[in-house]
Amino acid sequence: MNMTLSHLIALLPLVIVCVTVIVVMLGIAWRRHHFVSATITTVGLNLALLSLLAVLPLAPIRVTPILLIDHYALLYMALMLIAALAATTLAHAYLEGFDDQKEEYYLLLGCSVLGGMTLVASDHLLSLFFGLELLSVPLYGMAAYAYRTRPSLESGIKYMVLSAAASAFLLFGMALLYAESGSLSFSALGASLYGDSAHQSWLSMGIGMMVIAMAFKLSLVPFHLWTADVYEGAPAPVSAFLATVSKVAVFALLMRLFMTAPVTGLASLHVVVSIIAFLSMLVGNLMALRQDNIKRLLGYSSIAHLGYLLTVVVASDDMALLTTGVYLITYVATTLATFGVVALISSPWRGSDVASLKYYRGLFWRRPYLAAVMTVMMLSLAGIPMTAGFIGKFYVIATGVEAGLWWLVAGVIIGSALGLYYYLRVMVMLYLHDDDPGGEQRYDAANDWVQRAGGIMVILLALAVLALGIYPQPMLQLVDAATMAVG
Amino acid sequence: MMLPLLLLIPFVGGLLCWQYELVRPNTALPRWIALATMVLLLVLALWQWVTGDYAISTVGSEPDWQSQFRIPWISFFGISFHLALDGLSLIMITLTGLLGILAVVCSWKEIDHRIGFFHLNLMWVIGGVVGVFLAVDLFLFFFFWEMMLVPMYFLIALWGHESEGRSPVSAAIKFFIYTQASGLLMLVSILGLVFFHYAQTGVLTFDYTVLRDTPITGTMAWVLMLGFFIAFAVKLPIVPLHGWLPDAHAQAPTAGSVDLAGILLKTAAYGLLRFALPLFPDTSQAFAPVAMGLGLVGIFYGAVLAFSQTDIKRLIACSSISHMGFVLIGIYAGTQLALQGVILQMVAHAFSAAGLFMISGQLYERLHTRDMRKMGGLFGRLGALPGFALAFVMASLGMPGTGNFIGEFLILFGAFDVAPWVVVVASFGLVLSAVYSLILMHRVYWGPPKAETTIARLDRREYLMLLGTLVLLIALGFYPQLVLDVSQGAMNEVRHWFAVSSSFAG
Repeated sequence: MNMTLSHLIALLPLVIVCVTVIVVMLGIAWRRHHFVSATITTVGLNLALLSLLAVLPLAPIRVTPILLIDHYALLYMALMLIAALAATTLAHAYLEGFDDQKEEYYLLLGCSVLGGMTLVASDHLLSLFFGLELLSVPLYGMAAYAYRTRPSLESGIKYMVLSAAASAFLLFGMALLYAESGSLSFSALGASLYGDSAHQSWLSMGIGMMVIAMAFKLSLVPFHLWTADVYEGAPAPVSAFLATVSKVAVFALLMRLFMTAPVTGLASLHVVVSIIAFLSMLVGNLMALRQDNIKRLLGYSSIAHLGYLLTVVVASDDMALLTTGVYLITYVATTLATFGVVALISSPWRGSDVASLKYYRGLFWRRPYLAAVMTVMMLSLAGIPMTAGFIGKFYVIATGVEAGLWWLVAGVIIGSALGLYYYLRVMVMLYLHDDDPGGEQRYDAANDWVQRAGGIMVILLALAVLALGIYPQPMLQLVDAATMAVG
Repeated sequence: MMLPLLLLIPFVGGLLCWQYELVRPNTALPRWIALATMVLLLVLALWQWVTGDYAISTVGSEPDWQSQFRIPWISFFGISFHLALDGLSLIMITLTGLLGILAVVCSWKEIDHRIGFFHLNLMWVIGGVVGVFLAVDLFLFFFFWEMMLVPMYFLIALWGHESEGRSPVSAAIKFFIYTQASGLLMLVSILGLVFFHYAQTGVLTFDYTVLRDTPITGTMAWVLMLGFFIAFAVKLPIVPLHGWLPDAHAQAPTAGSVDLAGILLKTAAYGLLRFALPLFPDTSQAFAPVAMGLGLVGIFYGAVLAFSQTDIKRLIACSSISHMGFVLIGIYAGTQLALQGVILQMVAHAFSAAGLFMISGQLYERLHTRDMRKMGGLFGRLGALPGFALAFVMASLGMPGTGNFIGEFLILFGAFDVAPWVVVVASFGLVLSAVYSLILMHRVYWGPPKAETTIARLDRREYLMLLGTLVLLIALGFYPQLVLDVSQGAMNEVRHWFAVSSSFAG
């Protein structure tokens, strides 16, 4: 295959992120400087984001047999780059008070984003495996970044062990599929299926194993056991990154796999995915009910949210693609801002994050705008109108109703009712009176939080969540245009 | 342009209250801002009342809207920002404005901390309710339906009272979960209806007037109708789904109870009249006996429940369940007379319940208890308050001369043709309402006084607010035509849709 200029331009976003990573690495080798590393990363990610515009007229274009840069890929690349920028901003504020090497964090973050970008552009098992590992391996390091505190180290190791298990599943599944179909590209996977029933059990086992691996990454029940510990132990900006970039990348890939690979048409597979979705909705919400640690709570709530979203995988129709985009955008914005608030409050302090709910009591009377942001985010997670979360949930229910998936719709409703309980608990905590001022140590955001990059980012995200909730039309058009040609 | 203005006023007023408090804490100005907002809302509504023409007209394919406002919103999904006003919505909005004023005035002394934030929530509840009454796009309707829960949740959770050792937060969460979960059922029904319509006609729309013509029958119609019905049944409330109501009422601040009983419950009746009946006339007709049966259960169960309460606010809350039973029977009877009675009953109940809740709020401010066992013998000690209480209690038990009498009478009279046995049984409910109303009077005001200490008399604000409510209630009793003239066109339309289907069935 000849590489022309347009192929190179299509690769530009990936190349720019690569170069950024290398520059950051060389910079560290030459002289450590936290602000410079963070700035280089920010500039690099922004350039990559801009370069997406240059790629736009070329898409869809196949670059090498393993990467397909189409509008779908570009949409999720943009989403991940924005999320990564937000995570960088948060990390900068957070690492300021970190008394160890700070600069490598940006290196890991860049590599991980690169993996995610590869993943959403892949329509071949090779690039799938490559992207997934590149996404996950740096995450071990990021989760364990504050390795002198026990929970962080523990969370890193836990994530590593479980990720490795997932990769083993993935490879085995891929091997089975290859053995049966003789091809590694999505569109050829299982193409022989309809002709020959003798292959069916191997094929379904192979694709089943791949789905298990992705369920690990998406922390779906029953592969969710790592979630709460990792979310709790990892520093807040890392949890934010993990909850957004890695979930977006893996889910976008899963969706593409289900839309393009014929092997995913197996009826039994859809039953299994339905069961996983239903269980995730229930278990995630039930486990979150009694949590007093906000990071654990968000971990469990993310299980439930991905359960809701899995409805669209079961539906796998045109509307499902639109819903995926809408839901992921709203979920990313909400999650980033929630972790952002936690990070802002934790930033000025050493040691573990300020995640226990009791420290949030009465926040509204000390920091009204920060608490207002948190309130909007809780409402958005709960899916109340006027917030972006509602639009996401609306689309999930619409997809379920349209495809006639009544069980899953019922699951979404029950899950939402359960979810309200703990979201409201967090929310009302912000407004209750502080009973015992000066009793325990009072944790609070820095006084000038609004003027810092992290604070501005959180406020912008909150405004975006409100704007998307009130006038989602532009987002819907964008996502629709991006997902038109897939499948 | 009038309609978006009606909608915007409360939201903007609420924001002003809050922002003013942030800039300058501990002032009373937010109260005045809130009061001005509500007065403005009421004046605009009355302006519509005076200038509009609400007579019966022929029922066409397009409802007889007095004014409309429509801009595309999420045109991608066939959703528009479509507000419209007819006699029914106008009555409800005027009522909202009146009760909004009462809610602001009655919390003048009760709420003494975080005044601005309190009024932000109060104004936003009212804004959400106005939105519910104006929206004729189903998505928009759902949007406001859910949105008004959040500020109500804050009102109960943050300014509520402890009751029997339970914190107001749990009552607020219960309220929220009940209504939100049932609301999602309605969302599923809305989407089901929209996709059904899409499959039949190829037009994706959430517009009420278009969807009303969807020819939908069979199991699908039943499932969708029940989705709407359950959502409204929780809010009304209808008996097996009423669990949130006594707690929410007992623990809400007075203004919260006034709004909750006065207008939030009415959004459910409004929803049944506006959406459930016209969208699913055939199935609603078939469902009517069940609904009326539930109404009967509500009348008696609510009355018995009210009788056994010791907390004065819980008693009033349970009596609402009983009164809403009549409303349910009236709605599903579907005759012009019964429907007109429903409107009157809703308005009258809003005033009588608001009056009783305000009185119990005033008792609480003076005695610091809502337990009726600790009251007794208050008649001579409180000046004019017991007199007002007697008047509102009489209204609540349906004494002629008050609006409640006209409402109940019209409902029973109008339903007799359709369901004579239901009416006969329901009439006995009136006896029970006399029993619990009198026991309320008896326990609180009669008997030997429990103490001889002096209790503060009503001040001018309290006196005027009770007097105003009472005057409205009696005016409604003597000249109900005032309201009936405005609602007749809209009710004629509901009756028409309902009756057309029965002629098909028969």
